Amino acid sequence: MIQQQGNRFFFNVDWITVLIYIALCAVGFINVYASIYNPDKATGFDFASSYGKQLIYVITGLILGLSILLFDGRLFNVFAPFIYGATLFLLVVVLFVGRNVGGNQAWIPIGSFRLQPSEFAKFGTALLLARYVSTFNPKFRDIKSIVIAGLIVLAPLLLIMLQPDTGSALVFLAFMFPLYREGLSGYFLLIFLGMIVLFVADFLVPTYILVLILTTIGGLFIYNNRRKQKIIISTVLVTIIAIAYLFVVKIAYEKVLAPHQRSRIELMLGLKADNKGAGYNVIQSQIAIGSGQVTGRGFLQGTQTKYGYVPAQSTDFIFSTIGEEWGFVGCSVVIGLYIFLLLRLINLAERQRSTFSRVYGYSVACILFFHVFINIGMTIGIIPVIGIPLPFISYGGSSLWSFTILLFIFLKLDSNRMGFI
Amino acid sequence: MDQLFNRKYIVQGLFIVVALILLGKLFYIQIISDKAFSSAESNVLRKIYKYPARGAILDRNMKVIVQNEPVYDLMVTPNEVKPFDTLGLANALEITVEDVRKKLKKARAQSSYQSTFFERQISVQSYARLQEIMYRFPGFRTQDRTIRHYPDSIAGQLFGYVKEVSPDDIEKSEGYYKPGDFIGKSGLERSYEDFLRGEKGVINTLYDAKNIAQGSYANGKYDINAVSGDRLISSLDIRIQRLGEELMKNKVGAIVAIEPSTGEILAFVSSPGYDPNQLVGKDWGKNYMSLIANPYRPQIVRPIAGQYSPGSSFKPVDALVALQDGAIDPNTTFFCPGYYMAGNHKVKCEHVDGTINMQRGIARSCNTYFCHVFQSIITKNGMKNQRQTYSKWHEQISKWGFGQKLGIDMPFEKKGIFYQADHYDKIYGKRWGYTTVISQAIGQGEITSTPLQMANVMAAIANRGYYLKPHLIKGIGDKNVVKKEYVVKNYVGVDEKYFPTVIDGMRDAVNSPWGTAKESQIPNIVMCGKTGTVQNPHGKNHSVFIGFAPMDNPKIAIAVIVENGGFGGSYAAPISSFIVEKYLTDSIKPRSNGYTVKAFSETNLLPALIDKTKKVTPTKLDSLKLKKADSLKKVKDSLKIKPAILKQTVATKLKVSQPSTNHKPVTNK
Repeated sequence: MIQQQGNRFFFNVDWITVLIYIALCAVGFINVYASIYNPDKATGFDFASSYGKQLIYVITGLILGLSILLFDGRLFNVFAPFIYGATLFLLVVVLFVGRNVGGNQAWIPIGSFRLQPSEFAKFGTALLLARYVSTFNPKFRDIKSIVIAGLIVLAPLLLIMLQPDTGSALVFLAFMFPLYREGLSGYFLLIFLGMIVLFVADFLVPTYILVLILTTIGGLFIYNNRRKQKIIISTVLVTIIAIAYLFVVKIAYEKVLAPHQRSRIELMLGLKADNKGAGYNVIQSQIAIGSGQVTGRGFLQGTQTKYGYVPAQSTDFIFSTIGEEWGFVGCSVVIGLYIFLLLRLINLAERQRSTFSRVYGYSVACILFFHVFINIGMTIGIIPVIGIPLPFISYGGSSLWSFTILLFIFLKLDSNRMGFI
Repeated sequence: MDQLFNRKYIVQGLFIVVALILLGKLFYIQIISDKAFSSAESNVLRKIYKYPARGAILDRNMKVIVQNEPVYDLMVTPNEVKPFDTLGLANALEITVEDVRKKLKKARAQSSYQSTFFERQISVQSYARLQEIMYRFPGFRTQDRTIRHYPDSIAGQLFGYVKEVSPDDIEKSEGYYKPGDFIGKSGLERSYEDFLRGEKGVINTLYDAKNIAQGSYANGKYDINAVSGDRLISSLDIRIQRLGEELMKNKVGAIVAIEPSTGEILAFVSSPGYDPNQLVGKDWGKNYMSLIANPYRPQIVRPIAGQYSPGSSFKPVDALVALQDGAIDPNTTFFCPGYYMAGNHKVKCEHVDGTINMQRGIARSCNTYFCHVFQSIITKNGMKNQRQTYSKWHEQISKWGFGQKLGIDMPFEKKGIFYQADHYDKIYGKRWGYTTVISQAIGQGEITSTPLQMANVMAAIANRGYYLKPHLIKGIGDKNVVKKEYVVKNYVGVDEKYFPTVIDGMRDAVNSPWGTAKESQIPNIVMCGKTGTVQNPHGKNHSVFIGFAPMDNPKIAIAVIVENGGFGGSYAAPISSFIVEKYLTDSIKPRSNGYTVKAFSETNLLPALIDKTKKVTPTKLDSLKLKKADSLKKVKDSLKIKPAILKQTVATKLKVSQPSTNHKPVTNK
């Protein structure tokens, strides 16, 4: 091992990732500033304003991140169950004492500051999942390990659903990927994909046609494998389950989903147009992004942004500011930064000797991936409106800090990669 | 490394695929489609248009004949409207509360965030009332613009009208016009639209999502000041235009007067006419419908769209072409027994003159003489080559403008009928000759021309061999630009030396005791002219006169057509003489024969109408007619004409028809 000069706390830290992190935070600050900017009230820098707060969040976030690097990496392994337990506790508490913001009971007020437990539940869950996998080394061939891992993920997920914050809950599906990496059958991913495809298809195509298609595919599959009894039976089962799923979806859609969720899905699928109501956000966001064209309108020049046409623009719809003021070039740079970060995180995870670090690394990458994909997809109308923040960029302390903690814990683990955690 | 390591690539591959999907959609909405860009513009931009004043039009003496009047529209931006005192607004506008609601609903249906018309052309009183209480009606604003005003209330067909653009106009203009813009739809307003309209001004204002104005767009970089339309100077002399319309009152017909040296049109009368102010503003629809319903069809621009056989007025051209052709010389005489035999067909003459020469032939409008002239031309190369000589003759006559558009600066000009040899080949095969087309010798039958073409022929004769394109606008804008095509001399292919004889004949027609227009002599002015009596299969013949004056160095050429006016000498020639005199001397001296402008003006020559739906009681009408006719005893024709007047309250189903049915009771008396 090469002894490096400098602080031992920051020894072996992947500074490239830190740089990307800082770059994304800077992009966030600039665009939050632009989103808040009001040409009439353009005075000096104001720390009481949202962009002022965001600057504070970014600076404190960086300090928080760097201080995480001061911890002993092994602590995260040791305290994983406690951290997980604490976040679960907060998720329960928030249901009783939480402040209702925008229909979601998601915030615990602490003085002037508001804490969002669902953000912290992400790394709590990631840590415990990593701990479980590294301790018992399951290959997810048996039902038991799948159930245990499933419970670890589903407990916070369901608690968040109760708030109800479907968007944040959905992010927990990202944990499928680390489990997949650790041996969970690819069929789970395929089934998951299949469920999404069938769900969407169920709205676009009459159900009886889907039933016909499924039976035909099943029939052909059986015909091709007519000598293998086992396959025939499982195919029949799968087909029946798939068809049943179609009807369950239809019923569940009407009975379970809230009207605003239904309309968001219908808008996204193009089943209805609503320029003023639920569709307003998405349409204005798309107008903002589309009007950026190749190079954008320029910093503080976006009319959609400046004149407040996109609601929630500094938080969930921050990407519309980027799209309008920086154009396709700016969007490509931001997406490029994310993809570079995600691919690097996976590569870093793979170089870990410890399973704990690897599982945690995958979890971090996949949670970020879900956020990025869902958030950007929502602002450009390829995913229904799901209110989750864009990592490191959206306005807000809770989300910025939780992503920072999530990321820097991994960077700390990575710096210890030669040791065993 | 276990084989699960490979799963890394699946996860990373998924990341990349998803990133590409996002970029693909971004590429589409940002680069390929520009829908979002225009949506963003329409989100924030409200354009407030400043309408320019349309260019004014002056007459040749710089008197304003078309001008603008300010009017005010009340505009509304429905989104900015807050609950307001509907009754207050209704009272200010003198409409009902119900109307206010209806109009607001209509405006909202058009656009909720763009400023749209609430009430057009509110009265000055309403405007004044509103100015004081406007603050009580957020979302409303007044917009001033101008509409046309025609101070002389004449020459409706000439000026045309201006109207709000139709969807069709907008499409044709490829986006130049926007709803609410105005466009010249006919007449000069149409043909000079590009100059008259000016440039619309725009003020771009930005609005935020709460619909609060956020100041000007790009510091007003894209704002445009309204630029008034170009001022036009018309060649018209409004004095003789007015006189012409007065003389043509209660008559169907047209007058065109041209200044021969320039081709400038001095008078352009289409009768019956109408007040162009009727087709301005709010009452457009109502007035337009009543114009359309008028059985005498005032909407027809007769000087360029009326097509009449030139009749005897064609004879001078015939003579000149024959002289140029060498078919005859100025001294050639023919014998007139009172008729001419074209094969078995007899062309009658009004008089029996015996041996007659060209000068007298023109003065007396001898049909026989000109049939012989035509025969000489067509049979010049023997009986076999008539087709070829006809073609040559056709070509020569065409040079005078017959059978083609002269290209006047007015829309919808007609070209008249003048057939080529091919046309007769189709009908008669090779078996046709001068006798077949002999009626053309005296301007009848298969030849028609517009009054403009006839006046232009006179201009060419007055100029002794050329004309300039007749036009109505002689100067555009502050620099008085003249279109180049208006200063080019168009030669008619007849040498100057052939003109004196013909012009002498035309002088005699007016100024000699044997002339056909001797009643139209102008004191102290030698007018040359030629009468025409155009056979009208539908009723009484049309009275035609073409002429120019003075004989030397002519200042005015004129063509007058009075439908159902009988002989050329009875109406068209005297009317011409008044206009010519007025133009040249700015006054009208008493005539020895007692003809007065007033008497002609009061004569009614409108053909009677048959109301198919309602029986008109003829006796009552005829007594009225007779009374009118009595007042004009000195006009010989008038006693024979029994002109009919009919109150024009009749509906659209009325049809122009012959007065013959109405004649009976009168002759019985």
